[in-house]
Parts: sequence; structure tokens; C-alpha cells
Amino acid sequence: MAEPAITVQDLHIRYRTFKPVPIRKTLSMLKKSKKDLFHAVRGISFEIPQGQIVGIIGKNGSGKSTLLRAIAGIYSPDEGKIDLHGNTVSLLSIGVGFQANLTGYQNILLSGLLLGFSEKHIRSKMKEIIEFSELGSFIHKPVKTYSSGMYSKLAFSITVILETDILLIDEVLSVGDVAFKEKSYNRMKKLIEDEKRTVIIVSHSSKTIRDLCDHVIWVHNGVIKRTGKPDEVVDEYNKFMKVRK
Amino acid sequence: MKRFFRDLKRYFRYILFSAKSQLKAEVSNSYLNWLWWILEPLCFTVLYVFIFQVLFKSKEQHFPVFVMVGLTVWNYFNKTVKNSVGLIKKNRSVVTRIYVPKFVFVLVDMFVNTFKMLISFGIIFIMMIVFKVPFGLTILYIIPILFVLNVLIFGFNTILMHFGVFVGDLSNIMNILLRFLFYLSGIFYSVRKRVPGIYGKLLLKFNPMAFIINESRNVLLYRKTPDFRFLTAWLVVGLLLSGVGVWIIYKNENSYAKVI
Repeated sequence: MAEPAITVQDLHIRYRTFKPVPIRKTLSMLKKSKKDLFHAVRGISFEIPQGQIVGIIGKNGSGKSTLLRAIAGIYSPDEGKIDLHGNTVSLLSIGVGFQANLTGYQNILLSGLLLGFSEKHIRSKMKEIIEFSELGSFIHKPVKTYSSGMYSKLAFSITVILETDILLIDEVLSVGDVAFKEKSYNRMKKLIEDEKRTVIIVSHSSKTIRDLCDHVIWVHNGVIKRTGKPDEVVDEYNKFMKVRK
Repeated sequence: MKRFFRDLKRYFRYILFSAKSQLKAEVSNSYLNWLWWILEPLCFTVLYVFIFQVLFKSKEQHFPVFVMVGLTVWNYFNKTVKNSVGLIKKNRSVVTRIYVPKFVFVLVDMFVNTFKMLISFGIIFIMMIVFKVPFGLTILYIIPILFVLNVLIFGFNTILMHFGVFVGDLSNIMNILLRFLFYLSGIFYSVRKRVPGIYGKLLLKFNPMAFIINESRNVLLYRKTPDFRFLTAWLVVGLLLSGVGVWIIYKNENSYAKVI
């Protein structure tokens, strides 16, 4: 077995459901007990070896996206540990990403810098990114003028072409029109053939999971319900979901 | 501490680039472009000069330059402090997608506004020539003064940014506090001459903005050396605030994404 790329140990993540509060209440809040806690991830452990493609499935609200964000370093674990063994990581997900007033070009540079690449490296890849995103002259317009499809295409292009060691994908393989979908799907497949790349995919599409993944983790209400080969787990998951209907 | 400098080095390119793009975006989104950065301070100076020199007959020497120095420094402070409260929300697209040390946003905002302040200082120098204010080498002291101001602002803003995430109406409170401070900092009057006795002295010592503005005028207009003892004292206060701010942010920053 290859070296581990991601180790997650007994991970817990809670959301405190506090919304922005009026100042009047902040004083009383200091003493407030932890009543409003939502336990999104409750004790998940797994290890993913380098180069493996792992799918995560589960119904809405089961903690998949939270888990992914924790691995990306956006949330800190409330308990437990996440060890990335020094790999760089990027998260790709729908609907989040850019600074609306800036142009696509500037956003590519900013995103790249945030991912920890040098400006030189980003500029050398720039052409490839713009080509892959099919944005053409729109790349020099502010991203707020983009259609939602263009937006997602740009996000996808940045992430797949600036290659990080670990790629986390949250439901984005259904981006863009049919042609772009086909292209990104193929690109994913190519990326995945790269032995060193570790990928985690969150998806509701059984086909995606079956085609791309070597291993599947089924998360249910914040805990791992089953892990195993894609075909077995996906079949059982589909059965489970049907029964609940 | 070590982590702060490591992160600073690592994200420095990002900070510069982000500030640059923000300035560019601001230019391309407005009709008069970069002229605004000159027009805005100039217009307010004209307004204050009109009100206080013509209506209230202020006797201050070189009054237009006097007001302009006050306004320039104040605007920098005012804008960055006001922005800091909403910085995390403004950058939610970044915050929810990738890990960034959150003090980076404070620095980006400070860079953007420093740039505008420098333009303003450029205008001040032109005005000093036009109004025949005698130049002295003491104007170089403006550099350590602005440095202390920056450290103070960084300290304030990191702390404010943190509370701005959780306290919804902090920006209202800040607006009121800033307005108080505006009138207490001597933007359009000399605190030393106009606030009599002990109060004036207290204001100049314990209101950092009154102090900084007063010292800036001393070195720019009156060829005096600044009060180094108090400058050092405020530097220490600024460093302490910054330390606390950075510490709070490191401790809490990963919960910001859950709230916004």
C-alpha cells in the first residue's frame, strides 16, 4: 500500500448555530451554555493512500461537505485530527469562489496565489487555463458579468490545471453544457490516472462514483455507515434510499 | 508569533496583488476613475476651509494645508476601521473556499487605503509649495509617525474584524464612536490652542488620533521634531493590540466560515 496522503482521526465538527447577534445580547452570550450545537460530523476516521480516488456519498445534510471543508482546512476540527502529510490541497465546489468586481484574469491569479503557487507558475499556466475554460474575451471582464455556467467553468479550470496534490471535489462534475461536461469528465479521468494525485469526490451521481472511484465511503448522519468497493456500497446505498421513500 | 511572520511572508504576494486588483477594479467601475482619489480629499478640504475660515474665522496658519493633513490622516484611519468590521463578510467567497490567515484581509485593506493616503500626501506637498509653507528636514519624521499609526490600526482592526463577524450591529456602534473621535481629534482645529487646560493635554496624550494628527502637523508644517516618548508609547500599545488581535484571530478564524 502506498504512503498515506490523508489521515483523519476521530473527527468531530459542531456548528454553533449563532447568527450575528445584537450587542445587547453579547454580554449574556458569554455565559451561555452550549445549547445550540449542531453536531455535523461525529467521529469519523479514515485513511486515504496516495493516488487513490475516493467517493463520498450520503443523503443531504449528512455531513459530507462539512467533512470536505474540514480536510481543506476551512473548518478546524472540534475534536480529532486531520493530517495531510504535507500535501497541498484545493477544494472545488459549486457557487463559491471569486471576487465579483475583479476580472476573470485577476481572479485566476488570486486563486492561484492563495493555493500557494508562485506568480510565475500561474502565468505560465494562464493560457492553458483560459483555453480550457472556454471564456474567450470574457476573461478580461469582471466575474459578476459571467453566467453561472461560465463561473463554474472558470473555477473548474483553475483547479484542474493548477495541480494540487489533493483535490477535493464537491458536486461539480455537472458543470456547464454537455460539451464542457464531457471535457471535464475526461479531464478528471486523466487526472485520476496520474498515480500521485489523491482525489475525494462528493457526489449524488451513482454513475460518477462507479466510474471514477476506487473506494467509497458512505456517510450517514455524521458517521461512516459503510466503506468498500464502489459497486457494493453504491448498490446498498441506493437500496437504502429507496426504502426510506 | 513565528507563525505570523511565516504566514506574512507566504501571503505577501497575495496581499499586494489583491490590493492592486481592488484599486484597479475601483477605477474601472467609476466614471471619473482615479480622479476620485484626488477629488475626494480636495473637496472636503475646500468645504472645511470654507466653514471654518470664512464662517468661524479660524486664525490657524496655512489653514488649508492644516486641514488637509488632518483629513488625510483621519480618512485613512476612518476608512480602514469602518471596513474592518465587515471584512470577513466581504471576503466570504475566499473564506468559504480555502484557508487564508484572516489578518491578510486587514492588510489588503490597509494597503488599498495607504495608496490613497499617499496620493493625498502628494497633494499636501503640492499645497505646501503653493501656500509657501517653509520646508524643513523634519518632514522626514512623518515616516515613523505613519508607521506607528499603521501598527495601531492593524491592532484595532484585527480585533474589530473578529468581533464584526459575530456582532451584527457593531458597525452602527463604530459609526457613532468614529464620529465622536472625529470631533475630538482636531481635524479642523488645533487641540492644543482650542481645548483649554488639562482637557487639551489629556486629549493630545490619550486620543491616539489627536496625537498622531498633531505630530504630523508639527513635523510637516512647523518644523518641529515629534514627541518620541509618546510615539514610542503608542507604538508599544499598537504592538500589544496587534499581538492580541492576531492571537484572537488565529484562535477563532476557522469558525468564521461556519457563521457567515
